[in-house]
Amino acid sequence: MGNLIKLLIRYSFFILFLLFELICFFLIVQNNHYQRSSFLNLFYETSGSIQNKYAAITEYLNLKNINKELAEENARLNVSALESKMKLFGENYLINDTLFKQKYVYLACKIINNSVNKSSNYITLDKGALNGIEPEMGVIGPNGIVGIVKHVSPHFSTVVSVLHTNFRASAKVKNTGFFGSCYWDGNHYQTGIVEDIPSHIKIKKGDTIITTGYSTVFPENVNIGTVLSFELPPEKNFYTVKIQFTQDYKNINYVYVVKNLMKEEIRELEKLTEEQ
Amino acid sequence: MNSNLFRYIFSFIFLILLQSFVLNNVQLSGYLNPYLYILFILSLPFDISKYTLLLLSFLLGLCIDFFLGTTGVHASASVFMAFCRPFILRVIAPREGYDTATRPRLQDMGVKWFIIYAFTLTLLHHLFLFYTEVFRFSHFFTTLGRSISSTLFTFILIFISQLFIFKKADSKS
Repeated sequence: MGNLIKLLIRYSFFILFLLFELICFFLIVQNNHYQRSSFLNLFYETSGSIQNKYAAITEYLNLKNINKELAEENARLNVSALESKMKLFGENYLINDTLFKQKYVYLACKIINNSVNKSSNYITLDKGALNGIEPEMGVIGPNGIVGIVKHVSPHFSTVVSVLHTNFRASAKVKNTGFFGSCYWDGNHYQTGIVEDIPSHIKIKKGDTIITTGYSTVFPENVNIGTVLSFELPPEKNFYTVKIQFTQDYKNINYVYVVKNLMKEEIRELEKLTEEQ
Repeated sequence: MNSNLFRYIFSFIFLILLQSFVLNNVQLSGYLNPYLYILFILSLPFDISKYTLLLLSFLLGLCIDFFLGTTGVHASASVFMAFCRPFILRVIAPREGYDTATRPRLQDMGVKWFIIYAFTLTLLHHLFLFYTEVFRFSHFFTTLGRSISSTLFTFILIFISQLFIFKKADSKS
């Protein structure tokens, strides 16, 4: 015991240092979205891989039970299968009572917090779940895309800015239709990168890069940027294009949150297709 | 002694305000930020207790975090810097040890000593700060480049601030 106290006194400076750092990291993880998600990711990955191994073992031990459950489920499904039902309707109907149907609605929001000088920048908006904002909605500004909604609280929402190294958007060269992937390389806040533009199309400096509308996040034909320079990496068939964002992310106050009314429908359809 | 205490309190508040309202809006080429507030930790006297040093750095970092909205990031880097300071001081101590009448300033300790002292600690602080902010090692060299370029920027500012003090002391004598 005496030795332990001696040890504690001897290293008290180091222990105090560790204590302060622990407090700091607790504060960081507790209060900062980005570091928190990094930390949780690491945590979940580690615990997930352990649980996976555990599950693999227990799964083997439970095979008998699982077999039994599957057999029961098969029996139940057979009862409700198509072959065991009588056909009631012959034809499908397409109901189309107006020429145009609303696909996107826009909600104007004010930016209440913004940054451009970190490697992962977030924007905070003054509207939230009560105004109908949901995670994964697109956000566009007057001159181009701005980001994707990440979290919502009743009155506020946070947006992963284009200036976040994990941000990806599908982009195409205007008037050609060939598409690639747009991201920010973490350097200057006014320039980004578009990759995977095939090498056989002709692009030149000043060409406009716009969104494709392939994802359900952004509408089609919203500006992203203009081509600054492009190069063909050796032995590759795709350009790496450096672009200048048309939206100045340092000087932006009002944005629109885009709600895709058909998102659920598209999602469900695509999910169904992928499953089969 | 009292006037010293007031001077340190004043510089504590002044550096926090300067950092949060002026320097934080300076962004060379988009992402280079100087963090001059660590000048406070550098300027604390030689004979300060190690524990007080840690505590003061922690408070300083917390105040900066409060104004910058980055809870804990600056506090952890400042605490790390304060932890390293006694070791650095021991390594670069002059042969006859430190005179308690002198302070760790350019005019007291000479240009060479001050450059080694300030640059090493600034570099350690910035490395810790930027890697904590990024929180992963996947962009290792980008972060390294950012921290080294910001270190140079901060160090130049620290050096300039020392020249100001130098001049004032000169004109007094």
